[in-house]
Amino acid sequence: MAIDMSQFHQVFFEECFEGLEAMESGLLNLDTGDIDAEVINTIFRGAHSIKGGSGTFGFNSVADFTHVMETLLDEMRDGRRKVTQPAIDVLLGSVDCLRTMLASIQAEETVDSATVEKYKMALETELSGASGESATAAAVVASPPAKAEADKHLPVATEVMESVERGWKIAFCPHLDLLKTGNDPVRMFRELAELGDYRVSVNTRDIPAFAKLDPEECNMSWALEVEGEIPLDEIQEIFNWVEGDCELDIEALVVKVPKAAPVPVENEAELIPVAASPQPETELPKAAPETLPALAASVPQPKPDSPQPDNDAAKAAAMKAASTIRVDTTKIDTLINMMGEVVITQSMLSLITENFSMDKLPQLERGLSQLERHIRDMQQSVMNIRMVPISFVFSRFPRLVHDISTKLGKKIDLKLVGESTEVDKAVVELISDPIVHLIRNSLDHGIEMPADRVAAGKPESGTIELNAYHRGGHIVIEITDDGRGLDRKKLITKAFEKGLIDENGSALTDKQAFELIFLPGFSTAESITDISGRGVGMDVVRRNIQSLGGNIEIISDLGKGTTISIHLPLTLAIIDGQSVAVGDEIYIVPLVSIKESINITENMLNKIAGKNETYRLRDQYIPVLRMHELFDVPPGRKTNPGEGVIVVVERQGVLCGLFVDELLGPQQVVVKSLETNYRRVRGVSGATILGDGSVALILDIPGLVRLSNRVPSHPLKPQESRHDARIYH
Amino acid sequence: MASILAVDDSASMRKMVTFTLKGAGYDVEEAVDGVDALVKAQAKQFDCIVTDVNMPNKDGITLIRDLRALPDYKFIPMLMLTTESSAEKKQEGKAAGATGWIVKPFDPDQLLKTLKKVLG
Repeated sequence: MAIDMSQFHQVFFEECFEGLEAMESGLLNLDTGDIDAEVINTIFRGAHSIKGGSGTFGFNSVADFTHVMETLLDEMRDGRRKVTQPAIDVLLGSVDCLRTMLASIQAEETVDSATVEKYKMALETELSGASGESATAAAVVASPPAKAEADKHLPVATEVMESVERGWKIAFCPHLDLLKTGNDPVRMFRELAELGDYRVSVNTRDIPAFAKLDPEECNMSWALEVEGEIPLDEIQEIFNWVEGDCELDIEALVVKVPKAAPVPVENEAELIPVAASPQPETELPKAAPETLPALAASVPQPKPDSPQPDNDAAKAAAMKAASTIRVDTTKIDTLINMMGEVVITQSMLSLITENFSMDKLPQLERGLSQLERHIRDMQQSVMNIRMVPISFVFSRFPRLVHDISTKLGKKIDLKLVGESTEVDKAVVELISDPIVHLIRNSLDHGIEMPADRVAAGKPESGTIELNAYHRGGHIVIEITDDGRGLDRKKLITKAFEKGLIDENGSALTDKQAFELIFLPGFSTAESITDISGRGVGMDVVRRNIQSLGGNIEIISDLGKGTTISIHLPLTLAIIDGQSVAVGDEIYIVPLVSIKESINITENMLNKIAGKNETYRLRDQYIPVLRMHELFDVPPGRKTNPGEGVIVVVERQGVLCGLFVDELLGPQQVVVKSLETNYRRVRGVSGATILGDGSVALILDIPGLVRLSNRVPSHPLKPQESRHDARIYH
Repeated sequence: MASILAVDDSASMRKMVTFTLKGAGYDVEEAVDGVDALVKAQAKQFDCIVTDVNMPNKDGITLIRDLRALPDYKFIPMLMLTTESSAEKKQEGKAAGATGWIVKPFDPDQLLKTLKKVLG
């Protein structure tokens, strides 16, 4: 039966990567002093499953590699080997190596065998260290697999060639409880019968009187004869499972028959001790077409390499598999359910329109509004499919924290909270690097050395907590440490030294002072380390987060710790927007940034020479941008502020008024990138297509707010936008 | 056709086993670990159990031991899928009541052949 094994590969890879993650977190949880058997078991199971799967699916290099890991872990599990930090480190390295191997195999690239060998050597060195038992284990591993193969085949060949006997005589006397293992003598005999001419006689003298008979016991014994060119191990194989449950005596049966030409043994997949030793990977692709057929005809041999995808179709499938997403089936069920509703509504509508008359208008309207509701629900569920738990990002941090804290000699407990909080896959992919950066910062600058902590009356090990939760249409990710906190004075002095602020620094609020670290070129590290980089970090972090439509805030208490919170939209694909009219154009203002919209009269605007117009909103003055001037739109009908509307938008606490002709209404818009279709335009973050097919630009509120607080309002000319582009990253 | 319960914590192995057995016309159900398998085996009578050994919650050997204790599974063939080719593990399995074993890696043909052996 030919089964295309490549269809299982994708699941296998996903499983392997999950297994590796489990192994990794298990290894990180291993405390060298106090061994938790269950943790070692979990790690062992991970290696074990990968080994089993990779052997079955034909990835022998992986099976080979995991075998060594497994041997090491097995000894740890049995307590034959101590769990030492070097051993854990070697295993962690091996996990990385395996991950790379699997990724290469998945991408159908060549595995970097030099690296693999390096880790394998490290593992074997680790294995051959310590106890004597492990040394033998290493020797087993090191013995060339090819030899094991040869050993396996040899007896077959010699039996065929040299056997002078013509079969086997078997005395089979099962123990009483043989049947209770599910084994059945009848089926064993049936198998024997398949091997050649076969005779059987049964001995029933041990069967007790009927009154004493226990039908669950096996009271009979048999004498069997099988005639033919049968290798001994095929006979043994049949009785392999009952070894120990019976008395078995197999001897050669001498029969006088003319010597026949040796018949090759049928290509029989070997059942029992199937190649436990992995085969050399080099034979994978080459051996199959040329050398194997001859061999395969006479030799039972597992051929895990045969289904290796060799054609383009399989390759394409593997490529496609590179970007997949795992979706909870309930989400898909919901979607299918909703699709059903849409279809029903649609057929209802076509029924109404079939013989349409005006009296059916209310019905039609009802149908349409129903359709609208269903489509909105469906949109929600489709978006939901893209949502993945934040643990996709979080799960890599225990390792990161482990590695860095070891390097720095700090003691850190990492707490993960809200790992199941869901967020759009695109956000997850983009948010990962900024969070890594922030955690590195906390580790390097935030948490003090153990001695300093004790001196400050804190517990010796520092705590970093990663917390994710939903708030409104946003996901909030908080990184909290109980380290030394940000020193306001130090920040201000530093910023002043670097010429980033003027001498009025002391007038800054705490919040503003903390935000100094986001300025380009600012670094608080006294020395540059390879962990926190070179002070180019935080501004990039903030820029990345803002480019995702999010923001970042710092709260810090000197000596007690720092909390950095990142607010991000749940999805990047669709936003809630408010459409506004400016002349004949329509612009979209993201709803989340709108504080309020007000009608004003002209005399409420104050014009200060060389500065923007300002408007007094309750107790503060806010700058006002006239949108038609800013975008150089042909003069709208309403140039007089008294006739238009001021939309007050907010960005990180900074307000700004946008003067527009009128508010049109809220709507959800699908964000299309302007950069990929055209180029970056100042003041605009993207575009969308409206219901009537026209294009509306989505306003870049952070950019506009910054603009309004810096330069006088004037039209944005194309050449300027290039020149000034650095403001808008 | 005979019904088989395939027990493995690895989804890919489970899929492979199920696919192979279904392709050969067997009636197959899956269980993700020993605990799941024990529940399923009590809900329905299977003609054969094929189980992985290393699994979370309840391993294959314990599963076999538990199943053998049930009157309905006293004589039912139970096979362990194991990468451990050591005699020790097999003995442990046999002591628990396993009928036999299939050593990983195996290909679909081997699996079918082995099943044919116990199911006839």
